[in-house]
Amino acid sequence: MALPPPPAVELRALTKRFGGLLANAGVDLRVAAGTIHGVIGENGAGKSTAMKLLLGLLPADAGQIFIRGERWARPSPAGARALGLGMVHQHFLLADPYTALDNLLLAEGPGRPLLLRRDAARAELRALAQRHGLEMDWDAPVASLPVGVRQRLEILKLLAGRAEILVLDEPTAVLTPLETGRLFEQLRRLRDEGKTVILVTHKLREVMAVTDQISVFRAGRVTGERRTSETTPEELAQLMVGRPVALRWAAAPGLAGGEERLAVADLGLAAVGGAARPRLSGITFSVGAGEIVGVAGVEGNGQSELIQALLHPCDRRCRTGGTVRILGREVTRWSPRAIRDLGVGVVPEDRLREGLLPARPLWENFLLGRQREPAFQRGGLLRPAAVAAAAARAVADYDVRPPALGQAAGALSGGNQQKLILARELGRAPRLILAAQPTRGVDVGAIEDIHQRLVRARDAGAGVLLVSSELEEIRALADRTLVMFDGRIVAEYPRGGATERELGLKMGGA
Amino acid sequence: MTNRLQPIFAVAVGLALGLVVTALAGENPLHVLAVLARGAFGTRYGLGLTLAYATPLVFTGLSVAVAFRAGLFNVGAEGQLTMGALAAAAVGAVWPGWGAPGAWLAAGTAAVAAGMAWGAVPGVLRAWRGSHEVINTIMLNFIAAGLANYVTMYVLRNPASQNPETRPVGPGYMLAPWAWFAGAPVGWGLPLAIGVAVAVGWWLERSVTGLELRALGENEPAARAAGINAGRVRVLAFALAGGLAGLVAVPEVLGNTGRFRPAFSAQYGFLGIAVALLGRNRPGGILAAALLFGALQKGATDLDMETDHVTRELALVFQALIILAVAAEGAWEMVFRRRARPC
Repeated sequence: MALPPPPAVELRALTKRFGGLLANAGVDLRVAAGTIHGVIGENGAGKSTAMKLLLGLLPADAGQIFIRGERWARPSPAGARALGLGMVHQHFLLADPYTALDNLLLAEGPGRPLLLRRDAARAELRALAQRHGLEMDWDAPVASLPVGVRQRLEILKLLAGRAEILVLDEPTAVLTPLETGRLFEQLRRLRDEGKTVILVTHKLREVMAVTDQISVFRAGRVTGERRTSETTPEELAQLMVGRPVALRWAAAPGLAGGEERLAVADLGLAAVGGAARPRLSGITFSVGAGEIVGVAGVEGNGQSELIQALLHPCDRRCRTGGTVRILGREVTRWSPRAIRDLGVGVVPEDRLREGLLPARPLWENFLLGRQREPAFQRGGLLRPAAVAAAAARAVADYDVRPPALGQAAGALSGGNQQKLILARELGRAPRLILAAQPTRGVDVGAIEDIHQRLVRARDAGAGVLLVSSELEEIRALADRTLVMFDGRIVAEYPRGGATERELGLKMGGA
Repeated sequence: MTNRLQPIFAVAVGLALGLVVTALAGENPLHVLAVLARGAFGTRYGLGLTLAYATPLVFTGLSVAVAFRAGLFNVGAEGQLTMGALAAAAVGAVWPGWGAPGAWLAAGTAAVAAGMAWGAVPGVLRAWRGSHEVINTIMLNFIAAGLANYVTMYVLRNPASQNPETRPVGPGYMLAPWAWFAGAPVGWGLPLAIGVAVAVGWWLERSVTGLELRALGENEPAARAAGINAGRVRVLAFALAGGLAGLVAVPEVLGNTGRFRPAFSAQYGFLGIAVALLGRNRPGGILAAALLFGALQKGATDLDMETDHVTRELALVFQALIILAVAAEGAWEMVFRRRARPC
């Protein structure tokens, strides 16, 4: 009788501490050879740390790593390579001006010949790509390749390095639904060829769609192991958060035909940095009171610029035309403060960069942008007692944890930072809300809460512009959906007016 | 915690390294330390000179710190204090008959206004044109020096003196030194410096504009997104910085010389950068750092007489080593936090 093959990867009681933070508290993980293994968990649950330990990028404090049944005593990046371990990082490690071919030659590492033998390498790589069914334009500069193709190049880089165990970290964050589907096909094919794939993600739908086995991380440990065919997204979410979570939540429709809150007509934004195409062109839409208008699109298709162009004067200088009307006032040339003072709440896309003072205490962050409200100052002097009381109320109401007003905002988790921003911005009872990626990097448990807050603000009569690259979020919340591609609005649908596939196609520019 | 203690460790390390230098030079470090301490604090006159050196450094340290809290680097305190001192001296020379306290107020206001005006220039250039304040403040230092020379030589020249200096201010302008310090030029400039430091700290923490200024320095995109007008805050911060540097005129002109001499400033503007750095841009820290620098300056003057192998320039060595120790933040991380941090 033959013994079952040893697992491709086995982590035993892996522990890693960063100062006072126990990032991995005894991680046990077994990944069977020739499978696609999902690793899920909220931000900060320890999955990225565990993968860095596995790849030899960080030394573990305690615990053991076994590769194909053999103890790997001294993990190092070079050792990982030799053992056939490879990782596709969330942010690609490619040299943009170089061609795809040169990027792989560059990656060949020590021992390469002094002279590049491009023709031989090209032939070899073509054969490799063909064998795995991965198309590649080898002589195009990486900068000109679509994101999905760049990711494919990263995978090819691993395969060229004879990787047998591939770790992909949040690979779908930058992909359209269509590209995501293609990636999953490729991963299945790699598995069928005998490779082992570890897929790190926070998207439940994706692990359900493509994996064979799933490990759930919570608080630095693996809290659950499930066979994909025997579990449900609800069960996984509960394992991730530690309590039941409503996943398939869809907002009740908002009012239609409320008075106009935001109207944008023919807005354009000039190109920057030698790019050929304008960042925005011909943007026309409106948001009414009591409705959520979703802006769907793959990241980098002008959604960020749209919010910037509405608010920020330096970007407004690059406007190539168009008008912006907020609450019936023509505000095209107004300062950001004047626009805010009309009753506009902003949830910025990059909360640490644009929403918070990370080194400053919670109460000061709560005050940021509201420091001139009469309740918080008199004659130019702050009223600390009033500020502290309001901040304490808001922090309690929005369940920001820990609720220590003196603590630096940067020390909060992503979800709690976002709650703090919502507490500040929604606390002003805004009549128009511009929310960009409001749940990015936010724990599953907090997403539901943030969504309900937005819907409640809408029901109270606010108009909401919701920019999100998460289709599920748009579909759950938006009363109308705009699809952006390449700096333009390419489609508009009423609630439930398009299937996910249709939206996906439009997002890809079809 | 290490953050707050770090400047103290830095001072200790800087002083220790300085003593190593003295030992290498062939001098007994303990003897040098004793001479320094006795010179700086041992007599009323000595203490008075220490405080007299420290007072202008409080003003320039605050000047650099206020700009820094707004995310700006003010290398121009030297030019700003030159303009402030010149303005105070000019008011006192042109209307010598005025009596106290109106005269003090007039000269003090002129000093602050001139400093603010000079300081506002790089602020405006940065806000409107985006040109970098470091270059502009350095250039304005030269222009201020040239302008002050011209006014001293051709407009307000004191005919009674062989040295280049302005006519003396009227007697009503002078702030008499306190007798307790046995002749050292310490008077109302000192409590003014302490009071201004407290006021600046309070203003930064408690006022709406102070919050906006700090927010801009902390995170410009967030401040802009919060509706804060970055250009206006920058001009304000630089004007304030200039006004604080201009206050150097009070101890130096009204409290000491009673006239403007082109080379009166012992690099106060540049030492202010070191004082602000060592004081972590907090008023309390700046007061302590200014006192330390004043003590080193005064204590070191006695080294010429009382030691064989080191001279008063040792004060510069100490100051430089302390600054290096403060600036070596990365090294401190290695000392205090050996463990790797999450990437």
